[in-house]
Amino acid sequence: MQKAPPRIASPAYSGVYSDVYNYKVVRQFAIMAVLWAIVGMSVGLLLAAQLIWPELNMGLAWTSFGRLRPLHTNLVIFAFGGSALFATSYYIVQRTCQTRLFSDRLAAFTFWGWQAVIVSALISLPMGYTTTKEYAELEWPINLLLAAVWICYAIVFLMTLKRRRTSHIYVANWFYAAFILTIAVLHIVNNAALPVTPMYSTSLYAGAVDAMVQWWYGHNAVGFFLTAGFLGMMYYFVPKQAERPIYSYRLSIVHFWALIMIYMWAGPHHLHYTALPSWAQSLGMVMSIILLVPSWGGMINGIMTLSGAWHKLRTDPILRFLVVALTFYGMATFEGPMLAIKTVNAFSHYTDWNIGHVHSGALGWVAMITFGSLYHMIPRLYGRTCMYSTPLITLHFWLALCGTLLYVIAMWANGVIQGLMWRAVNADGTLMYRFVDAVEASHSGYLVRLLGGLLFLAGTLVMAFNVYMTIRAAYNESSRAELEEARHQEARHEA
Amino acid sequence: MSDLWDNALPGFWSIWVIALTLITLVLVVWVVAANAGRDAKSDDEAPAGSTTGHEVDGIEEFDNPMPRWWFYLFVATVVFTLGYLALYPGLGNFKGLLGWSQQAQWEEEMAAAEARFGPVLDRYNDVPIPELARDDQAMQIAGRLFANNCAVCHGVGAQGGDGFPNLTDDDWLYGGEPEALLTTLTQGRRGVMPAWAHLGEEAIEELTQHVLALSNREHDAARAQSGAQRYASFCVACHGADGTGNLALGAPNLTNDIWLYRAPNQSVADAIRQSLTEGRSGVMPAQAPFIGEARVHLVAAYVYSLRFKNADGD
Repeated sequence: MQKAPPRIASPAYSGVYSDVYNYKVVRQFAIMAVLWAIVGMSVGLLLAAQLIWPELNMGLAWTSFGRLRPLHTNLVIFAFGGSALFATSYYIVQRTCQTRLFSDRLAAFTFWGWQAVIVSALISLPMGYTTTKEYAELEWPINLLLAAVWICYAIVFLMTLKRRRTSHIYVANWFYAAFILTIAVLHIVNNAALPVTPMYSTSLYAGAVDAMVQWWYGHNAVGFFLTAGFLGMMYYFVPKQAERPIYSYRLSIVHFWALIMIYMWAGPHHLHYTALPSWAQSLGMVMSIILLVPSWGGMINGIMTLSGAWHKLRTDPILRFLVVALTFYGMATFEGPMLAIKTVNAFSHYTDWNIGHVHSGALGWVAMITFGSLYHMIPRLYGRTCMYSTPLITLHFWLALCGTLLYVIAMWANGVIQGLMWRAVNADGTLMYRFVDAVEASHSGYLVRLLGGLLFLAGTLVMAFNVYMTIRAAYNESSRAELEEARHQEARHEA
Repeated sequence: MSDLWDNALPGFWSIWVIALTLITLVLVVWVVAANAGRDAKSDDEAPAGSTTGHEVDGIEEFDNPMPRWWFYLFVATVVFTLGYLALYPGLGNFKGLLGWSQQAQWEEEMAAAEARFGPVLDRYNDVPIPELARDDQAMQIAGRLFANNCAVCHGVGAQGGDGFPNLTDDDWLYGGEPEALLTTLTQGRRGVMPAWAHLGEEAIEELTQHVLALSNREHDAARAQSGAQRYASFCVACHGADGTGNLALGAPNLTNDIWLYRAPNQSVADAIRQSLTEGRSGVMPAQAPFIGEARVHLVAAYVYSLRFKNADGD
């Protein structure tokens, strides 16, 4: 650690066959992130269509909305988001610590183990196996595997940090470390269950306690998986792509600690006006409001890092992805505390507004920051300087942005319509609308949402093509290099 | 205990919640406040825009101060929090200075609604049901009450479904006269058909054929004949010797070709077989505790009025 860090900037070290860093596992996770994005978003698109044309349930239990919806959330959060987090964390921790991953074999285990968890989800959720806990639907044998993979992930990441050859730990790594440690605790506590059969278990908690544990998990899955983890991504790829220093070291420290201290408390806002004791609801609400400020700390630090590099936005679609992601992050983390206020929540809860809120975070923040990061990272993983096609990145950017806006605006409108219709009463105190009236009123919003989702998925397919062409070019070139190397050796032999 | 404290949580846990909450708030305030100042060093010694000297993989870090507006926004949220926790329940067993509770809020809102809407409904309390059923204005209100409270089982058109009686025909399980409708709505009903699987498959089949015969459906005459004897031993007590049922028990009439339990696409014979094998259990929830007597009266009149609609329609 005391040794002067070696310079690892020369291209020889970052080529396909880098022997300084373990790029193999990073490449594997990065490619799977792209593939799972396509699968997960396609399932989402089918669900959006099923809400318009219920016949698309196809009369089969395993293609029905109730079974595919958890599959969609698991695929986009854990398969797409998770693979992206694994890829970027392994990439960043090696580069910022200037050391190879702690163990190649353990890292390989996390890759294959994680994919096994996802494939198990892909099979078991449509079959109807579910714990019924949102974002934690997987049954106990899969949960055990997930826990084992996650503990190995923690070991690989933390031991790599420990073996760093730099003097201090870069801020991106704090966020990754907090995300990894907290998710381990959340996953194990929330999934504590008594196995009954090989694919059925009952939760160790009962009643309101079970609900509270579930939403303590659920909201922190958002806070640590989808926020802290992706902030780690932001803290590396934004300054890298903008070629600017981080705006404020101090701000990064302050908002990191404030964020992880406060997020833990916010879960009860999912249970406003329920059997959960009032004191817990109140704490969930006020902590959610404070949370606005540390959340915005990350947005400020990211956006301000770009000051002095704004002109690059004109030419660099990768930077645009990162900036738009930060903007959606700022919007979603403002909206969240507002929705956590009891009075607002009484109106918005159970409406499509929540779906809009979640997707402004999921599409606008999580997916966009991931796309930007992948576009920066993938060429470098394959010894290239840039992606196959920059115009295709630009195309992807506009598809993703328009898709997200259509999606979110449609759901906001639906949410407000539903909230108003559900509480409208006649002069005699009866409800003005039946439930199905609000469903009918949501129809056009569902169509716009489907269109938004379609654009977003189309953008992802454009990215997949671009990634494929980039990798193909890299392999063609490296095999050409190998060929030349062989010819040289031959020539030397003959001489 | 003063009025401001309750004992919902055991004492230790109340203190635990209070301490953990306040310690977290203090720590967060300390983290932010301690770093909020433009300390002398950065103002005097370091030129603006200087970095921390850290450099990792080509990334440097400025040591800019935190934006003031961000800091004040933080202060505002903390002040709001402290104010809220003083006024509302949040700190363990402390009830808050306003004495607010969600139960009380609900009761207040319900009382306000009752005060506002009660008089509108009470007008009809003394109108006899057959007369009320002819009152268009009352039936508009009652139709909305039906849509809000009853349609989820009986359907928007009150035509029922598998397991839920059709209210528009003249076949009644418990009677369609005003008094019977009021009793059904006020107290609820429980219709239980016992399971007869223990009689054996052949017996079930014979009974099925007999019940098919009762409603003049296509049947196996020989088996229906043996079924008649079994019917006389097991079924007659509720469904009656002629199979026309019993209003006092809610036992359905088996002779009119109306089938309460029949899944979509299920044949009548299969539905009867299933009823005999597995038994049936129907529940009409008591409505009076939910919607009150005044609304029950209106809904009873609405259900009564459905017969005119059919008659008028014909």
